[in-house]
Amino acid sequence: MLRFLLRRSLGAVVILLVISAVTFFLFYAIPRNPALLACGKGVCTDDQLAVVEHNLGIDEPIPVQYWHYMVGIFAGRDFPAGHCPAPCLGFSFRDNRPVLDTILDRLPTTVSLTIGGALVFLVLGLGFGMLAAWRRGSLLDRVVSSASLVLSSMQIYFLGPLALAVLVYGDHQIFPQPEYVPFTEQPLDWLKGLLLPWLVLATIFTANYTRMARATLIEQLHEDHVRTARAKGMSRATVFFRYAWRGSLIPIVTIFGVDLGSLFGGAMITEFTFTLPGLGRLAVESVTQSNLPMLMGVMLFAALMIVLFNIIVDACYALIDPRVRLA
Amino acid sequence: MTSKDGAATGGASTDAAPADGARATEDSATGARATGAPADGAAADGAPFLSVRDLRVRFRTEDGIVKAVDGLSFDVRRGSTLGIVGESGSGKSVANQAILGLHNPAVTDISGEILLEGEDLTTAGERRMQWLRGNKVAMIFQDPLTALSPYHTVGRQIGEPFRKHRGASRREARDRAIEMLGKVGIPNPRLRVDDYPHQFSGGMRQRAMIAMALVCDPDLLIADEPTTALDVTVQAQILDLLKELQQEFGSAIIMITHDLGVVSRVSDEVLVMYAGRAVERGSVREVLSRPQHPYTWGLLSSMPRITGDVGRPLVPIAGTPPSLLNPPPGCPFAPRCAFREEVAGPESCDTDRPALPQGRGCACHLTAAQQQTLFLERVLPRLA
Repeated sequence: MLRFLLRRSLGAVVILLVISAVTFFLFYAIPRNPALLACGKGVCTDDQLAVVEHNLGIDEPIPVQYWHYMVGIFAGRDFPAGHCPAPCLGFSFRDNRPVLDTILDRLPTTVSLTIGGALVFLVLGLGFGMLAAWRRGSLLDRVVSSASLVLSSMQIYFLGPLALAVLVYGDHQIFPQPEYVPFTEQPLDWLKGLLLPWLVLATIFTANYTRMARATLIEQLHEDHVRTARAKGMSRATVFFRYAWRGSLIPIVTIFGVDLGSLFGGAMITEFTFTLPGLGRLAVESVTQSNLPMLMGVMLFAALMIVLFNIIVDACYALIDPRVRLA
Repeated sequence: MTSKDGAATGGASTDAAPADGARATEDSATGARATGAPADGAAADGAPFLSVRDLRVRFRTEDGIVKAVDGLSFDVRRGSTLGIVGESGSGKSVANQAILGLHNPAVTDISGEILLEGEDLTTAGERRMQWLRGNKVAMIFQDPLTALSPYHTVGRQIGEPFRKHRGASRREARDRAIEMLGKVGIPNPRLRVDDYPHQFSGGMRQRAMIAMALVCDPDLLIADEPTTALDVTVQAQILDLLKELQQEFGSAIIMITHDLGVVSRVSDEVLVMYAGRAVERGSVREVLSRPQHPYTWGLLSSMPRITGDVGRPLVPIAGTPPSLLNPPPGCPFAPRCAFREEVAGPESCDTDRPALPQGRGCACHLTAAQQQTLFLERVLPRLA
């Protein structure tokens, strides 16, 4: 297990290096001069522009800039506007602070949104999926299946505004206005403010997890070893929960890991819809403001999350399936 | 080894009580119980232990109703071995899974009678069936790799029915699993009991499967092609093991196979199935040395013999089995039969369904005399 974690961590570092290189060259190769933006069009003289470029550190060739960026991650970096301690993901000139500080400010919102939402959709999705698989072919199964099919074809940008219009700004306000209050300050307000975003986020995911859990469980129930368990005289519940359920964990954990990783990287649309100051919203803001260092930092952070959860998922495989040996 | 009766008396299962009581009246000699000798070991009584009567298994599919088993009758005597032979899709596995009630009731219609010691299993409730499965009737499946759960240790899977049916503790079940692994010839059972199936070889997996099936000392063991997925040397070992354990446990065995070699090695009696029906039955000697049905002849002709001429060509049976969706009336083998023109009035092959008599016999429109002459003159020379 230790060897596996070590090997995968090294692999993850390589993957992150590649991702950082690709995003770096992509961002800095686009024909948009940050110095010009900082100056304002037609205000700076060429000499002034050169000074600004130098201050931003963009007067050097791109590979050299990338080198500085990488060194900054491990050793910290000094900008004319201030010091950026390691791990330095760049410096945002727009708000005059290291990128990482802003990311860490926004992170609790995203983490709260993700953990609450994931808890709801995991419990509901797997619950409904099990129920439908247990009573497959019944009316209940058909209702659950069709409902999840309809809901899973919904989109957050449709469901979110709809929920806002009806449940918050409707004739009767049923849900409180979505907002982010830090858990450490006001736990109850934290809960109230995130309730609707959780439910909207969870609705679509619940539908998907219901469908997936039902399908994999039914598939597992047709496995040979499940039939063997029945032939041994095991009760229906034992067959279902001890044998079929165990086998369906692999696909569920796989998808859940990917979903969780990308949600931690920022639920862009959800955060934007409910104006929650999380990482997803930060990414969108950075794009509209051409804040390249910030965008780069958010991207790298999201990539880190996805890579991290992939490792966790792989480690879970070994716990679920004894045939998977980690080395 | 714990005797079945003794363990059932001590077991916590309330289900066990009535059957146990029934057996107590059956053998009034209480001494048999005290000594732990199997009270039902001797097959002195004439009534068969398992009696299948006019069994029909139908599956409702999107294409229509599949008549997988269509009027099947056979008996299994206590402690004996019945070999059921037939090609894929002949209904042999389906019929035997019906004995255990393993089919999905939502899409399956079962009619006829499956009498286990006089109790009709086709009408038994799910709880009763759960009690019977693995306890009185156990099953071994074809591919031990997929038939064993990859997620649980071999020992746990073997001990599980023992815990359920005998109310054994975790520890007792583990000890029993070790004992059973030793009985089926796994070396170092104490070390292997915590292994997972993927750490076993193919032959060892099938041995573990057999251990699991016999853990509760069942009266009937259904072995569904237990050697098909194994290589030939291991096949022989597994068959020998089954015979050996049958002696020890006194279980009756239904051996489902497509291989007449397997049948000749282990069976006392043979039932040949074709297209969901039984076409010939008899003792192993009778069926293999004096087969009566043209389908059985075909099976024998298509099988290599170690004693015969190596240059003898193997003759496959021409054609394919009929669809079970809309089986034509008459003899299901008629379209492939090389001898139908010998029947007086061959059109009866297409219209009348030949009946299989009780005891030794076959379901064919040829007369007994014709069968004998045709076999001796036209089939036997090809087999030499």
